[in-house]
Order: sequence, then structure tokens, then C-alpha cells
Amino acid sequence: MRIEFRNLDKCYGSVRANDKISLTLQSGTIQGLLGENGAGKTTLMKILSGYTRADGGEVLLDGTAVTFASPAQAIAHGIGMLHQDPMDVPALSVLDNFMLGAGRGLAQQRKRSAAQLTELSRQFGFALDPDATAGSLSVGERQQLELVRLLALGVQVVVLDEPTTGISEPQKLLLFAALRKLAEQGLTVIFVSHKLAEVEALCSRAVVLRTGRVVGEVQAPFSSDQLVMMMFGQCFSRGGRPAAPLGDEVLQLDDIAVHTHQLSVEHISLGVRAGEVIGLAGLEGSGQRLLMQACAGIRRVGSGRITLAGQDMTHEPYHRYLQERVAFVPAARLEEGMIAGLQIREHVALAKGNGHLFVRWDEAEAGARRLIDEFRVVGQPTTRVQELSGGNQQRTLLGLLPEHLRLLLLEHPTRGLDVESSRWIWQRLLARRADGTAILFTSTDLDELVDHSDRIVVFSGGAMSRPVSAADVTCEQLGYLIGGRHA
Amino acid sequence: MKARSPALQVLLGVAPILLTLVAATAILLVAGANPLAAFGQIISGAFESPRKLADVAMAMVPLLLCAAGMLVTFAAGLWNIGVEGQVVAGALATTWVALRLNAPAAVLLPLTVLAGMAGGALWGLLIGLIRTKGKVNEIFAGLGLNYVSMALTNYLIFGPWKPPDGATMSGTDPFPRAAWMPVIGTSRASLPAILLAVAGIVVIWWLLRDSQWGLRLKAVGQNENAAYRLGIRTSREIVLAFMVCGMLAGLAGSLQTTAVYRRLIPSISGGYGYMAQLVVLLSGLRAQAVPLVVLFFAAIQVGSPRLELRMYLDSSLGGVLQAGTVLFFLLVRGLRQRLSKE
Repeated sequence: MRIEFRNLDKCYGSVRANDKISLTLQSGTIQGLLGENGAGKTTLMKILSGYTRADGGEVLLDGTAVTFASPAQAIAHGIGMLHQDPMDVPALSVLDNFMLGAGRGLAQQRKRSAAQLTELSRQFGFALDPDATAGSLSVGERQQLELVRLLALGVQVVVLDEPTTGISEPQKLLLFAALRKLAEQGLTVIFVSHKLAEVEALCSRAVVLRTGRVVGEVQAPFSSDQLVMMMFGQCFSRGGRPAAPLGDEVLQLDDIAVHTHQLSVEHISLGVRAGEVIGLAGLEGSGQRLLMQACAGIRRVGSGRITLAGQDMTHEPYHRYLQERVAFVPAARLEEGMIAGLQIREHVALAKGNGHLFVRWDEAEAGARRLIDEFRVVGQPTTRVQELSGGNQQRTLLGLLPEHLRLLLLEHPTRGLDVESSRWIWQRLLARRADGTAILFTSTDLDELVDHSDRIVVFSGGAMSRPVSAADVTCEQLGYLIGGRHA
Repeated sequence: MKARSPALQVLLGVAPILLTLVAATAILLVAGANPLAAFGQIISGAFESPRKLADVAMAMVPLLLCAAGMLVTFAAGLWNIGVEGQVVAGALATTWVALRLNAPAAVLLPLTVLAGMAGGALWGLLIGLIRTKGKVNEIFAGLGLNYVSMALTNYLIFGPWKPPDGATMSGTDPFPRAAWMPVIGTSRASLPAILLAVAGIVVIWWLLRDSQWGLRLKAVGQNENAAYRLGIRTSREIVLAFMVCGMLAGLAGSLQTTAVYRRLIPSISGGYGYMAQLVVLLSGLRAQAVPLVVLFFAAIQVGSPRLELRMYLDSSLGGVLQAGTVLFFLLVRGLRQRLSKE
């Protein structure tokens, strides 16, 4: 099935996730869709598979314009998507999950479905036990289940969104073999990834997206240099920044390991000195977020030791970290950082907490005014934070931070902000170094990492590179490291 | 939000009441009764005499207290279905004090009040701990404990607290005179009970609006995760919210025993805990709207038995009116939100 996108637009708030995307994908191929986080890959695929609707433009299947109101409609048109996180029902058995969405009539046809499941599994060499519950499977097996389920529904187009995150190497090879077989059978496979090596190994053609636009289409064999350049863009010259003298060691990580069901981060050792800025590079979900959470005391470490200014803090609760003047500014501002529904002055009253029974509204109001002036927030003390724009939310969040921090952890401190706001925010952040504050931040913007860090570490699949000095590294080198290659 | 014409705003405002009346009228017509006469009976049944007014006032007492408590748990984003059990727990603790302690009224009555509040708070503490430590949804914890409280009441009435001449469904022996809340003249209205209820709702309104604690609760309710990140001890706030709610509900239960029945009866809570949920929902979680809604509910509660006496209709029609209003209110509110989004 040939897929065409024409001038597809999609905005989330003020962010243009897809900006007039026009693209043609031929059937019988494995098509790579490359780009860093936030490039618009997932949005584009969600529009194709009926999870979201475009704001403008059209999708054509074999020349006919279609719009899908739901994933079920997309599947009926032969388009199925495997999401980054398995979307199955963990409590149900593999067979039950397999049959979901298939039933037209009332009666279930368990026997026929079971035979179909066995047959499809055999074809691709998957070992799926029909009676096991989906929740007991590994991520890779759940993906296999999802794949055969979609095939049983008769899809002609399979979209895979970062399918190799959290699966083992043998499972990956099995998946790749299955995808090649599907392409041979004439299906269209769309492989969404940020991993260069995988796209190079698997795809016959690759499209690169950046900031919602198509920046290039390339045929195999690919040139890694070219792909890196397209994904991350040009590196601009770094602006000078005033150096700050480094103080004593503030944070010491000894062989930290953090585990989730999707990713294990292991053998992390790092020493951070007062006034030092460390950039954590890597594509989202590579482990840097887990490490930040561990350093903030929000996530338990599996093993290893966290030392803050000489004190062992490894298993201390979050409140101890706050007392030790550690602050964490999460990327999801409205989900984790601020409280939608409350006003700026209410946030000020909460953050400053005066120790009295009653809120001194005049003080909170004055505090909010100070914050608004000082951090140039476009809003009023009584503005509810969800009504602020993303940039103003970020300014407010930074304005709420206590003074005199020991360690400041920031996730994507300038994501979604314009150049001028970013510059201003960094000026504020770097000014804290004079106080001896150490800063750890994650970013996917290579310029930002190179410009503001003293040292940079790169995360890839849960492993952390050795720290490199920001002064000596080039964006190209970073791009390679992030793509899981060694420069 | 787009500006809408004032006419539409007003229409949406009264729509729930109109819709309820239409639905109730339809039910009455099907039942072969005159709708106007039926509504008239309810109104006169609630307001025709000072005696009826006193009954309405006393029906408002537990509703005000339970609703005040639920404003706290709703502010913290919690569905405290367990109010009913907290009412019962307060009644049990009060009964224990009233039956076991021998003291003059000036000592005993304050003790019954304190015992009721403590009993309800303890029940709230249980729900809070099950929720925060056991990670059990508070709806299930509350519902489960409601049944426990009912069973406990029956056990005590038919066991340790049974009257000397045998247990019956009519409950324990009446309390000693010293444990009777004073009433106004020969009416059934008890001034201390009414004052306590008014104090309850006013204090809660004030605390939720202006206290640091109220602000923290709101933060927890809107976004538990972010509130935790901001340094609020969310588990502690949640447990505390349940305890404060339990305190007020327990006070309601206490007053049901000392000011209304003057004994412990098997269904001491009278369903007021559940009804308070409807009250709070209908008030849109605003404390200042609660008294009016409570008046509406209490009037129907007191007035609807008339339907049975005078028109041979089932008095549960009153419940249909109460619940219907809430349902239509929520429906219209949902509709409003959809309209304002588009």
C-alpha cells in the first residue's frame, strides 16, 4: 500500500509537532523514520494510525484520501501501529489479547484464533505461550504478540515506534528478520527510530525529520555522517561563558545501578564539584532521566552509593534531599513540577511555606509579584499556572526554586523556549554557580550541552560514557555517541 | 473560555432543577398521581409548622457536618465513601461514653462530643492508612469499613450493650438523662447540635480558603505527584484529611445518638453519609453553597413521608428528587464543559 502525506500539520499548544509534512512511502519496503526526540516522528505515525487527527493536510492510501477517527478505523484500512510501550491488557492471556479487536460477531472463536496464533508465531519463530498472561511476558514478547495480532487483523502497513527500546539482542534480531519477511510479502514497514545503526542495518530508505519538518530522504546505503548532520543540524559556534572556580566535591556517585522494567542503568560513577555544570546527553529513555531521579532522591537505586557533601544519602527519603538543598526541575512541568489549577501566588505560598496556620495572602501576592518581575513571567499573581505558556511555566518553576542550592537537577531546562529566553534562563542558572551550586542537566540540544557544560556524559541504552570536557568535544562527536556509535 | 450569552448561562444554571422536575413529573404521571399535589405535599410537609421546621433543622445537622468533612477529602482529591462508617464510629464511641460513664451533663455531654469526634477520626485514620500504606483505593477501603461499622453496631446492640430485658432492633436502652443534648422547649431542635454543625461548616470553609493546610490539601488533590516534589508530605496530608473528615462525620454520628435518638439504633447513620456525597457534588465542592443544598435535601427528607401518608405514594420519591438533581447537575456541568471547549 502506498502512503502519501500531503502538507500535514499538527500543533500541540504552541508547539508545531508536524509542520507541512509531505512524504511518499512505497509498499514492500522497510522505511526508516529518523529524528531526535521531539522531531515529530511519533506524531506523524499517530496521525497515520488514527490515534490523533491532523490539524491540516491529508493522508492518501494508494491515491485515496482518508481520515481516521480511531485506531479501529485505521486497522480496518490496513494500518497497524506498535507503540513504544506495549498497549496490551496485562491481566489477560496471550490468546485473549490476540483476539482483542478481532471479534465481529458475538461468539468467540477460540479454537480458530489459537490455531492462527500458533501458525503466525511459527512463521516468525516467536515462542508465545497462548495461556500465559501478557503481563508475565518480556517487553520483546509483548511486542511479538502485538505484531502477530495486527497481522491477524490483516494490516498491510506496520508502524513500529522505537521497537528496540527495552528488548534483548536476540529478540531484536528475531524482530528484524520478521520485518524483512513482511516487506518481502509486500507489506509496508515503517520503522521509527533514533538509532543510526538499526536504521542502517534494516531500512532500504530513510526519512529524517527535524523540528516537525522533513529535512531529507536518503536511500541505502547510508552515510552516517550525513544522517547525523541531518538529525542534529549544524553546530553553531559556541558563545563564550564566564568560567567559575570549582569548589569541593558536592555529589559523588559510586557504581550506581537503577532498574526499571524497561531499562537498566548500571555502573554509573561520577564526581561533581561545587559550581560545576554537567550535561547529560543522549536520546530520551537512554537512562539519563533515571539517573537524575536517583540523584534527586525520587527513585531508589538498586545498588551503589550516593554521597552528598560527604554524607551517605543512598537510601534517604526525598525530604532529606530537599533538606540537603537538592532541587529537581522535571521536564513535564505541569505533570510533575507545578500544580495545574493553582495560581502563581498559591505556588509561592506553598513553596515558601511560612510555618503559620494561615496563608499570608499579602505576602504570597508580593512574592508572586517579585517572581513575575524578576523572572519576566507574562502573567498575574492570580493566573493559574496551566494558563501560562510553556516558557512562562518554566520561568515560574525556576523562580520557585529556593536560594542557595547545593545541587540543581534540570531536565531539558530550555525545551520549547525561544533563543532569547533560553539565553536568559541560562544566565540565571549559571549565576547560581557563584553560590557553589552544582548543576546537572539533560538536553537533546547539542549546542546547549556544549555551550553550558563543563563536562558532558552521553547515555546510550542505559550505559553512560566517560565524561568528556565540553571544550574539547564537537557536535559531530556527540551525535555519533548519541546514536550509539563510537566516534 | 468563550463568552456566552447571559440567557444561556441562566438556562444552564436552572436546567438541572427543571430536568429533575420533568423527570419526577413523568414518574408521578406514570404512577397515576397529580404531580403538583405531590410537590405541594413535600413542601408543606417540610415547612408547614414550627415542629416541621425543627425536624428540617435537625436533618440538616448531620448533613452539614458530613458535607463539611467531605469538602476536606474532596479538596485532597479523595473519594471518601467511608463517611457513613465514620458517622457510625462516632456514634459507637459516643454510646460507649454515654452508657459507661456516670457524670453530670456538664461533664458528660462534652465528653460524648469529644468521643464521637475521636471515634470518627480513628475510622478515618484506618481508611487513610489503608490508602497510603496498603495502596488500596480509598473507595474500597471506605466501603469495606462501612460494612464493618454496620456489623460492629449490630454486634454491640445484640451483645455487650443489649438492654437487660433482651435485645431488639430498636437498639440499646435510652441513654441516661445526663447524656441528652438539650432541646429548645418541647421541640426536637437541639441548639448545641445546630451550633456545632454551623461551626463545623464555617471552620472548614475558612480553613480551606485561607490556611496553609487547605492550600496543601488542594495541591495534593490537584496533583499529588507535583505536590510531593514541592516538598509536601502527601501521605501525611492524605491521612490527616481522612481524619478531619472522620472527626466531623463522627460528630454527626455522636449528635444523632445524643440529640436525636438518645440511644444507639442499628441504622444510626440513617444514610446521611451517602447523602452528603450528593450534597457536596451538588454544591460544586464550594463550602458556601453547601448550606443551601443541605436545606434542599433536608426539606425533601422531612417532607416526602407525606406522600405516603396523604397520597399513598412511596416516600422514596424524595430520594429520586435528591439524586436526580445531582445527576442532572453533573450532566449539565459536563455539557457546559464540552460547550466551552468547542
